[in-house]
Amino acid sequence: MRYSALRILKEGLTGNKGWKPVWREPEPKREYDVVIIGGGGHGLATAYYLAKEYGTTNVAVLEKGWIGGGNVGRNTTIIRSNYLLPGNEPFYELSLKLWEGLEQDFNYNAMISQRSILNLVHSDGQRDAFIRRGNAMFLAGADAEYADADQLRAELPFLNFDNARFPIKGGLYQRRGGTVRHDAVAWGFARGADSRGVDIIQNCEVTGFDIEGGVCRGVETSRGPIRARKVAMCVAGSSGRVAAQAGMRLPIESHVLQAFVTEGLKPVIPGVITFGAGHFYVSQSDKGGLVFGGDIDGYNSYAQRGNLPVVEDVAEGGMAIMPMIGRARLLRSWGGIMDMSMDGSPFIDRTHVDGLYFNGGWCYGGFKATPASGWCYAHLLARDAPHPVAAEMRLDRFARGHMIDEKGMGNQPNLH
Amino acid sequence: MIINHPLLGPRDAAEFVYLGDAALIDRPDWQAKDAAEQFHAYGYLRDNPAGRHQELWYHEQGDRSWLVVTRDTLTHEITEVQLARDVARSRGRSA
Ligand SMILES: Cc1cc2nc3c(=O)[nH]c(=O)nc-3n(C[C@H](O)[C@H](O)[C@H](O)COP(=O)(O)OP(=O)(O)OC[C@H]3O[C@@H](n4cnc5c(N)ncnc54)[C@H](O)[C@@H]3O)c2cc1C
Repeated sequence: MRYSALRILKEGLTGNKGWKPVWREPEPKREYDVVIIGGGGHGLATAYYLAKEYGTTNVAVLEKGWIGGGNVGRNTTIIRSNYLLPGNEPFYELSLKLWEGLEQDFNYNAMISQRSILNLVHSDGQRDAFIRRGNAMFLAGADAEYADADQLRAELPFLNFDNARFPIKGGLYQRRGGTVRHDAVAWGFARGADSRGVDIIQNCEVTGFDIEGGVCRGVETSRGPIRARKVAMCVAGSSGRVAAQAGMRLPIESHVLQAFVTEGLKPVIPGVITFGAGHFYVSQSDKGGLVFGGDIDGYNSYAQRGNLPVVEDVAEGGMAIMPMIGRARLLRSWGGIMDMSMDGSPFIDRTHVDGLYFNGGWCYGGFKATPASGWCYAHLLARDAPHPVAAEMRLDRFARGHMIDEKGMGNQPNLH
Repeated sequence: MIINHPLLGPRDAAEFVYLGDAALIDRPDWQAKDAAEQFHAYGYLRDNPAGRHQELWYHEQGDRSWLVVTRDTLTHEITEVQLARDVARSRGRSA
């Protein structure tokens, strides 16, 4: 079924009785060419591009809960490609380009809104660093724009420019950055994969691997064993747990990140604003709620909730940069489990087990990566060679001394 | 979270800085034949369990001691707190 304005009009006039479920609910087959573990954004995008770009359609996506119930449904929906390092920036720019064409491509409204992202600058050193980042973005074909304090005062008069500790001296804009309706991303990719023959199997937890003589031949699941020529992990915050079932230790720790939403307000913030010095970021959803967050809680966690000191820290960050936020009532908060890698950058790679592949380590930045992650992982699965823009995202990069450390923090996941 | 410091009593976890898995106490022998592999595993690879986890916390805004805290990563429940010094000694790491 294709969506169009005409179709909406017709359904509207005939009682909306013609809409069909967006994907099937098939029984798992005994065997597939490719089994993808994890029905989050990345797993579904991988299945979609495998089917669409490489014609591999004998594929199952196995999801332990319901698709889109993981981090893809819990994040603050910011997309951008304002990275610095050559191992990252071209990848995230590919992702932003894919976002720009995504709705036409999969014929689904993901409410992609390029409302801009602004990283505030509070010191001369930070300005130099951000201008350098802007140049790195240009080199990868992205857009960047430096705005001085006067321009920002005119555009965003509600910011606290004269904060004693962190006065606002300017900021780096990426006008093509913005937000996306996160659930629709999962649903759109699921529909696109399903309509090309991919089986999306919900309530099917992978509980073990069938590995013989260093070769992976399938998985054990809560709905019985499933054989596969290739098995692709794509489970974000559960990476450590799932990889352990294959006898692997990863350069990853799981940490909780909280997010917050206020009551609905009339439009007050035009784009996404980030306050790096205090670590706070905020945007306004299409329903009017202010959506914001800050740092991870800072210690290993699989509890999908955080603790109060970080709530206080985030609220202080918000008040410091945007005092008017103190007038809004907070409606809800939640936590998601982040697969924090040792250098803050992700992995898309084969493992030491033949036929077993790994995608993870997305930290708190993997939503923006969803299309490119699927695109590059599908390439790896189809061709058995890394996609050029993901070529640095290897599991052995620490052993080789090639970290992709955007922040220069070293191997301490809670500082990235 | 409240961490029950063995010397100072119950303290808010916000007074502490977190380092990570307490396996970091077990620094490999730099003269071992496979020291490079051992240090790679030591520095970068983690068990990352869902459940009981022993981890290092530094009482930066207190007595500046290092603690080994046994905590459940699913519930945040803390079941044991020891001085890292005592743990290291019991493992023969320190005089
Ligand atoms: C509060 C918060 C804010 C964030 N903000 C942003 C942001 O603004 N911008 C951005 O780019 N990123 C952001 N992120 C990060 C981003 O959400 C994640 O990096 C990204 O969504 C992870 O990829 P995914 O969507 O495939 O993961 P998920 O949606 O978590 O998918 C993994 C799936 O695997 C399933 N699974 C796990 N174990 C098994 C098993 N054994 N068997 C079968 N299935 C299994 C899970 O149920 C889950 O559905 C944020 C995250 C959080 C929590």
